Amino acid sequence: MGGHSIETRHLTKQFGKFVALDALDLRIEGSKCVGFLGPNGAGKTTTLKMLTDMLFPSSGECFLDGISVQKDRKRALEACGVLIESPEIYPSLTPRQALEMVADLRNVPVAEQKIRIPAVLEEVKMSDWADKKVGKFSKGMKQRVNIAAALVHDPPILLLDEPATGLDPRGMAEVRDIVRGLKKRNRLVFMSSHILPEVTDVCDEVALINHGKLLFYDTLDNVTAKFSHGQISVDVNFVHPLSDADVAAKVASLPGIVRVEQLDPRRLRLYTPGGPEEEAKILRGLISAGLDVVSFQESKSALEEVYLSQISRGD
Amino acid sequence: MGATIPASGVSVPEGTTPALTSPASHIQVFRLARYQLRDYLLSRRFILMLGIVAVLGVILTSVIGYYRPASLLGTSDNFYNQIWAGAVTVVIVFAGVIFGGDAIAGEFQNKTGYFLMGLPVKRATVYSGKYVAAFVSSFVALVAFAAILLGNAAFYFGTGAFTVAFLESFLLAVVYLLALLGATFLFSSMFKTSTYAVLVVAVMFIFGFSIVQALVAGLIKIEPWFIISYASPVIGYPFDATIPAHMVTVTSMGPRGHTTSFTSYNPTYAEGVVIMLGYFLVTAILGLLLFEREEFT
Ligand SMILES: Nc1ncnc2c1ncn2[C@@H]1O[C@H](COP(=O)(O)OP(=O)(O)O)[C@@H](O)[C@H]1O
Ligand SMILES: [Mg+2]
Repeated sequence: MGGHSIETRHLTKQFGKFVALDALDLRIEGSKCVGFLGPNGAGKTTTLKMLTDMLFPSSGECFLDGISVQKDRKRALEACGVLIESPEIYPSLTPRQALEMVADLRNVPVAEQKIRIPAVLEEVKMSDWADKKVGKFSKGMKQRVNIAAALVHDPPILLLDEPATGLDPRGMAEVRDIVRGLKKRNRLVFMSSHILPEVTDVCDEVALINHGKLLFYDTLDNVTAKFSHGQISVDVNFVHPLSDADVAAKVASLPGIVRVEQLDPRRLRLYTPGGPEEEAKILRGLISAGLDVVSFQESKSALEEVYLSQISRGD
Repeated sequence: MGATIPASGVSVPEGTTPALTSPASHIQVFRLARYQLRDYLLSRRFILMLGIVAVLGVILTSVIGYYRPASLLGTSDNFYNQIWAGAVTVVIVFAGVIFGGDAIAGEFQNKTGYFLMGLPVKRATVYSGKYVAAFVSSFVALVAFAAILLGNAAFYFGTGAFTVAFLESFLLAVVYLLALLGATFLFSSMFKTSTYAVLVVAVMFIFGFSIVQALVAGLIKIEPWFIISYASPVIGYPFDATIPAHMVTVTSMGPRGHTTSFTSYNPTYAEGVVIMLGYFLVTAILGLLLFEREEFT
């Protein structure tokens, strides 16, 4: 364990009468990636901005490595790489100069800058643009430079607010690779996102908030085990259209199936209490019943089921 | 981030990487100013500023060269008093508007502030770093303007152009620049939209202060010592044989036997310098306090 930590104590933010974040108590430590999940407007950015002293809490306090952000932002942020709200970089600077600025302000020795800066620019695939002015870059390119800026001093803690914002699909995949790389090197990553596959893909733990309230914070495995007590749905496509009689006789009667929904003549959605073995058994059953299955896939990930059920409960 | 990237520092075990200690704040101020300055010097606004200086220089040079007014070309003191002392405040006001007007407001509007605020820097460091960069940029413009006037003076007065009085006046102009930039930074930190900030700063410095100054002196009949532009004539004092009287009252007989008196004020030398330094200090403190409380929403 790295011993690094991110903590919020009773963190609250009000905008006028509106409570954007309501007494958030969260303590994250060790080396892992924690996904900070929630729908738009849930309070993710608000939380991250208070963790970096961009916003002031209405009450409560934040700590990075035990140092109060509100009392000493300078020291608290030394351990962090920060990317919040897709910032802009001074347009006349090049990515290399912008990263030099960050490295200078963070005291990265010049000799080390000579190695780190090209390396992180390569990491975010911006080497070819290293000496062009940022002013004319696209949103995605700027975001890549922003990611590089958060990594340039090789920080033990990363606070990332929807880092994949503005990136193309390949860029999103690259961000995931970067985060996975950070995990391998035992960094502590706190990353907000509303992209569930991204979270499932790279995070070890998830914290879910909605309407400024924390719904849960646990490991991904525990979360899916604890909250998906309902059902998993599986979408199945067939070569031939199925009649109602076929559905009743050959599908609904299979053990493990709770409910069947016919989406269109060649497509069914099956509900099952779940488990991989159960699903495999159902697939075998369909085939032995003589049905030609084209595809068989969970319609939502386990996290998505949890997410949707938890979010809708709050509304 | 793969293993291809060398980790920072000496070989520390993974996961226990110590955080880099950030430099002392005063060092950060100058490091930040350096990059800010690079941005300024490569930007259109600097070219605009130099353009204004060049246009002013060309107009002054050609008008003086063509008409050669005797009153002006008697002594270098006369020359500087009438040409430099007035025009330099215009250059300083332009510099203030161009480099200071959106300095803080722009950080919010352009979202460049979010880039800086993720770094281990105090808010005061950001404010001061930007101030230093704006000051240096303006100073370069001021030097360029001084060089044009010195060149003109050298043409008419030879080595007699390089006087201690000019140096003294230049230093006073620098103090005025400090004060004026302080005030523009304060205005700039009151807004989160650059256009408003620039507009308010420009209107205040081009009309606002002089109107208020005239009103205060003319109607309320007190000395407008709290108006920054009131101090600016001090820049010309090194060229005066006698410094203008502190208070001048002109009384005139009105149509039906009414007497009206009009009082105008001139700052004393010391007063002018104190006003300028006072403006610098007060606006710097207020601006810093304001910025310290601003949120990046
Ligand atoms: N400056 C602000 N003034 C008023 N309301 C705000 C402000 N910033 C955010 N909010 C509100 O706070 C809530 C949380 O916003 P945010 O933290 O940005 O959500 P998220 O990042 O989870 O999408 C939203 O309802 C948003 O409208
Ligand atoms: Mg957000």
